[in-house]
Amino acid sequence: MLRQIEGSRAVAEAVAACRPGVVCAYPITPQTHIVEAIGAMTKSGQLTGCRFVNVESEFAAISVAMGASAVGTRAYTATASQGLLFMLEAVYNAGGLGLPIVMTVANRAIGAPINIWNDHSDAMAARDAGWIQLFAENNQQATDLHIQAFRLAEEVSLPVMVCMDGFVLTHAVERVDVPSQDEVDTFLPPFTPRQVLDPHLPTSIGALVGPEAFEEVRYLAHARHLHALNTIERIGVEYAEVMHRPFCGLVSPYHSEDAELVVVALGSVLGAVKDVVDELRSGGAKVGVVGITAFRPFPLEALHRAVGNASQVVVIDRALSAGFGGILSSDVAMALDRRTSIATVIAGLGGRAITEHSIESVLRDALVGRLEPLRFLDLDHAKVQQELAHLENEGCSLPTPDTGLGATGLTKLVGRVGT
Amino acid sequence: MTERRPARFYQVGSFAAGNRLVSLAERTVQADPSRTNSITSGHRACQGCGEALGARCVLDAAMRATDGNLIVVNATGCLEVFSTPYPESSWRIPWMHSLFANAASVASGVATALEVQGREQIRVIAQAGDGGTVDIGFGALSGMFERDDDVLFVCYDNQAYMNTGVQRSAATPPAARTATTEAIGLHPGNPFGQGKDMPRLAMAHGLGYVATATVADLHDLEDKVIRAMGFRGARYLHVLVPCPLGWATEPSATIEVARRAKECGLFPVFEAERGRVTSVSWIRHLIPVEEYLRLQGRYGHLFDADGRAAQPEVLERLQALADANIAAYGLLGDRP
Repeated sequence: MLRQIEGSRAVAEAVAACRPGVVCAYPITPQTHIVEAIGAMTKSGQLTGCRFVNVESEFAAISVAMGASAVGTRAYTATASQGLLFMLEAVYNAGGLGLPIVMTVANRAIGAPINIWNDHSDAMAARDAGWIQLFAENNQQATDLHIQAFRLAEEVSLPVMVCMDGFVLTHAVERVDVPSQDEVDTFLPPFTPRQVLDPHLPTSIGALVGPEAFEEVRYLAHARHLHALNTIERIGVEYAEVMHRPFCGLVSPYHSEDAELVVVALGSVLGAVKDVVDELRSGGAKVGVVGITAFRPFPLEALHRAVGNASQVVVIDRALSAGFGGILSSDVAMALDRRTSIATVIAGLGGRAITEHSIESVLRDALVGRLEPLRFLDLDHAKVQQELAHLENEGCSLPTPDTGLGATGLTKLVGRVGT
Repeated sequence: MTERRPARFYQVGSFAAGNRLVSLAERTVQADPSRTNSITSGHRACQGCGEALGARCVLDAAMRATDGNLIVVNATGCLEVFSTPYPESSWRIPWMHSLFANAASVASGVATALEVQGREQIRVIAQAGDGGTVDIGFGALSGMFERDDDVLFVCYDNQAYMNTGVQRSAATPPAARTATTEAIGLHPGNPFGQGKDMPRLAMAHGLGYVATATVADLHDLEDKVIRAMGFRGARYLHVLVPCPLGWATEPSATIEVARRAKECGLFPVFEAERGRVTSVSWIRHLIPVEEYLRLQGRYGHLFDADGRAAQPEVLERLQALADANIAAYGLLGDRP
């Protein structure tokens, strides 16, 4: 049933319908309404057979989930931003141990400078942790991906991060169909753990592995991820059947089959890109877009097929590897033929809006060969040039060195607010 | 008002608990041929390792107390490294190692999940060395304590990071030499006035049960484990486990050194419930701290080549710490 509902609420209801046994979370920024809603559901009795654990840090949140998962209980947590980085050591550990935890990452920027708004810096920092990472385009998909995530995690015995853009999705009210309990029960069987701590069959989990076997262990993790590519597609097909939804696989192409220029992106920006694609197509330009749903494991073949014969690919990257450029784009480049040119657009950092107008101007530039290999969308060039010149002349930046914007940026803003 | 724990039989001329002098029912778990051997032979601990000894006693006693329904979560450290070099494991109980700092949190998750599953008869122990307890694992431990999760946390305290080459922790005592508090300069060894009194911190969380013990008194250690398993909620057991490598002692002296730590007053052995000390193991033969320190190379800089006190003022300060413990806990009991 379609309802007008906040993204966080929809995800909370979807997770609750998956019958988790332990939900643990650090309760505040960076956090969403998801865990508050689940906490309330466990207390009201709406969600039975589940304990909500309010822990002292994100590091504890993921660790509690690991302990619960290791004794065969379905475990869930949510975090973002600094919280994801605070738990990162244990995120890697859960990946290495193959504990099928599901975690929502409400994507947000990472400081300094401190900033609570949306970009993909957090998920990219956890890219190599051995987790499956799925990115939602809208709140319907976020809802659906969470339900599939439990099935996927438990089938392949790997933890899954469902990434949804912070605020843009988590706090947005949209029409969403949250599957009923019966539908979820049909799709998602009870959790049968692959390894479990049990006094009747004592096992040791988490041994010390030396150089003689470590590479083999890592290889097996890689093999499991590659295997998961098939599982993601198969589960996607089954989910679409049970829930009467359009199939959402590893990638979601839109008008890309005959496109000469293809945009590749992750997450909620895809909606705006599709609008721009429609606009440009109505003017005769052969443009398309491919959204990546599964970022880890990375769908090299599916992306290659979806991009097709396009001669140009523009990647919208909501994270920056300082000193290099795009993070998503370097992965995308691996999927392309050598003759396909690729450009990176760094956009939407720290919650800056990516407008259709800006996307359109980028694509129009690309169509006439005027898009440079790396562009920062809507960058205030005057501002950064002023600061760079100041650095050059004075040898220092003033007076807030961590922002690198000195007198030209935040201080002026504060001054205006103050007067 | 504290009580003295009932005296056991001891052989004349040594402090060793005499199993043969007590009834079968009163003998130690370790004297029972059908004990679990939770950590079995073949592991790679050093000769004379106090931690291996302590862990075996603690876990076998816990296995008896829970009728074999036990899951153990282990922090990174000596105990984890020497027991599970892949593909071997010396654990005969369900055992999990995740990270250095999160043993308490993982154990919380295990206990919470068991409760959800309706299998509360299965009990949970988290264990760590002093570094995994008082330093890097402290935040997670404090969180587990305040939530009163149903976990017994056992700290095997050898007073420094031994596995990595004897570096200082917040459990390293004053004047002790470690790789990061070398016995050089004006104030050789670890500074005075630092460190955490972990049992007291545990008590401050209002735990149902907190106890300290040493590997020198097996009866006492096992009793406390069994007693701890009689409580629900968060509990804490702090076991002093000498380390021949880090303390620079003879492997054969582990028990003797642990005994002297208690008998000089530097390591008070007691129990507490809900923040109140309920029983104290009295000192049986009071010795000056010097007799404890002399056995250990980590205090070697306090004595000259002829064995005379090279730094009498440091010895005095250490003796003052022991005297303060003796007064605070009433370690001499009703004796003057």
